Amino acid sequence: MDTSPPDPQLSALYQELILDHYRRPRNKGTLDDATHSVSLNNPLCGDEIDLQLRVDGDVIKEARFIGRGCSITQAAASMMTQLLKDRSIPHALALADRMSAMMHGDEAAARDKALGELRALAGVSKFPVRVKCALLPWNALTDAIKA
Amino acid sequence: MLDAARLRADFPLLRQRENGHPLVYLDNAATTQKPQSVLDAITEYYRTTNANVHRGAYDLAIRATEAYEAARAKLAGFVNAWAPEGVVFTRGTTEAINLVAGAYGRAHVRAGDSVVVTAMDHHSNLVPWQMLCQEKGATLRMVEITEDGRIDLSDYGRALERRPKIVAFPYVSNALGTVNPAAQLARLAHAVGAVVVVDGAQSTPHLRVDVQALDCDFYALSGHKMLGPMGSGALVARPELLDAMPPYHGGGEMISRVWDDHSTYNTIPHKFEAGTPNVEGAVGLAAAIAYLEGVGPERIAEHEQALAAAAIERLAQIEGVTVYGPRDHRAGVVSFTYGDIHPHDIATILDQDGICIRAGHHCAQPLMRRLNVPATARASFYLYNGLDDVDVLAGGLVKAGALFGYVPA
Repeated sequence: MDTSPPDPQLSALYQELILDHYRRPRNKGTLDDATHSVSLNNPLCGDEIDLQLRVDGDVIKEARFIGRGCSITQAAASMMTQLLKDRSIPHALALADRMSAMMHGDEAAARDKALGELRALAGVSKFPVRVKCALLPWNALTDAIKA
Repeated sequence: MLDAARLRADFPLLRQRENGHPLVYLDNAATTQKPQSVLDAITEYYRTTNANVHRGAYDLAIRATEAYEAARAKLAGFVNAWAPEGVVFTRGTTEAINLVAGAYGRAHVRAGDSVVVTAMDHHSNLVPWQMLCQEKGATLRMVEITEDGRIDLSDYGRALERRPKIVAFPYVSNALGTVNPAAQLARLAHAVGAVVVVDGAQSTPHLRVDVQALDCDFYALSGHKMLGPMGSGALVARPELLDAMPPYHGGGEMISRVWDDHSTYNTIPHKFEAGTPNVEGAVGLAAAIAYLEGVGPERIAEHEQALAAAAIERLAQIEGVTVYGPRDHRAGVVSFTYGDIHPHDIATILDQDGICIRAGHHCAQPLMRRLNVPATARASFYLYNGLDDVDVLAGGLVKAGALFGYVPA
C-alpha cells in the first residue's frame, strides 16, 4: 500500500479552514424576510444550493443558504455569506468577479484581502474540474441579484 | 481469477500514467478501455473496407455491408438473440430504450394505462418512460427497492396488479451492482400481459447473457461498456414485435418505396436504422465481442465478483466507510461513502494517485434519494482489474481519511 503523505496540492485544497466551514457552515438556513432567493444546481454532480438574501436599499443585510454538496461548494457558500453581510450589491458583484479571477489562476486576486477567508480556496484553481464547485454559490449570488 | 496483469497488456491506454502514478481505472460502469484488437479492427475497416452500406453496387460497398451484417450476426450470437434481424444497431442503450418508448410505447400505451419502472433504474430507463406517460396521460409506477438494494418483489407484485402495458428494469444496477432476477421478473410481468424491457447496459459486459432464456421482449445494450467503441450499441428484440412496430426515425435506408406524401418501410432491422449507420462502431463491437468470448463471460463474471468481494472486505475495515447494495447477487460495482467526506472530494483525492472512480448520483437520482445520500463514490471493475487495484484503492481512501481527519496522517 502507498503510505506516502498526501501531496502538497491536496493539503492546500483541504486545509483546516475549509474543512471547518464544511463541517460547521456559517449562515446555513433560511430567511423569513428574504428579498432575493435562487436555487441553483449542478446537474453533472448533483450539488444544490438555495441562496437567500435580505437586501435593504442596495445593501445586502443578510445572506443564508441551504443545500448539499462537496466540501468546496459548502465552504465557498459559508465563506461567501459571511463576506456579503453589509456589502452593497455593486461591491458583491465585484467580489464575485474577484472570486472568479482567483479560481482561474489570477494570483493577484488570490492575494486580495477583500476576499477574506475565501483566499483559502485559491488551491482549487489547480483542480480545474472543481472550480465549478467553488463558483456555484457565487453563480447563485449573481443569479439572485439579476432576478 | 483471471490473470489481470496479462490482460492489461492488451489495452494501450492502461499503460499510461496519471498524475505521476500508474493508471488504476475503476470507472468501468461508466465506460471501458479498448483492447488493441478493437482499435485494429476499426483502423482496418477504414483502411480496407469503408464504403456506405446497403447501397453500393460495387465490391467495396458489398464488403462493407458484409462486415456490418457480420457484426450484427456476431452480436446476435453473443446474447443469443431470437434472430439477427432482431438486432437493431443504435448509439447505445439510451437510444435503444428511446426507440422502444418512441415506437412501441407510443403505438401501444394509452391514457389510463400504466408503465412500470424501478427505483434503481438509470435515468436512461426512466426519463423516456416519463416522457411517454406524460404524452399519453398514462401512469408511471416506480417499484421500490429493499434496504439492501434489491427490487422489492412484493411491491413489484403490487405494481403488476394494474396490468401494466410495459415493465422496464435493469438486469444489473449501475449504481449498486445488484444483479436482478431478470428471468423471474420477466415471467411475472408476462403473466399479466406486459411487454418486458431490460436495460442490459451493465449486464452484457459482465456476465453471460441469453435473452431467450431471460424471455424478455426488448433488451438494450451499449458497446462502449463492453470494450467496444463509443456510439455503438443495440436493441435486441423479438422480431415479431419489431415487425409490427411503426418506425422510429425517418430517412434513408429505413424505407421501401417513397412517394410525394407517404412511404412504405423497409424490413427489420433496417426499418429502424435510418441514415448511414455507425459501421465502424459495429465492426469495433464485433471485435470486442471476440475478445470477451476469448476470455469467457463466465470467467469475467467470476473474476469481477471476486474483486468486488475483496474490495467490500477491504473497505469494511476502514472505519467510517459504508458500502451500499446487497452482499450477494452483485456484479463488480462497489458504491460507498466515507464518513462526511463528499464523494467528489474522495474522487479528487484518489485522482492524485492515478485512481479513476466515479462520484455523483450515477444517473440514478431517485435511487440516491432512497439511499438518503446526495451522491456516492463508486469503484467498478472489469477483466483487466486485479487485486493490486483493490490495494491501491484502499490506500487512496486511507489518504482521504487522513486529509479529513479520520485516520492519523
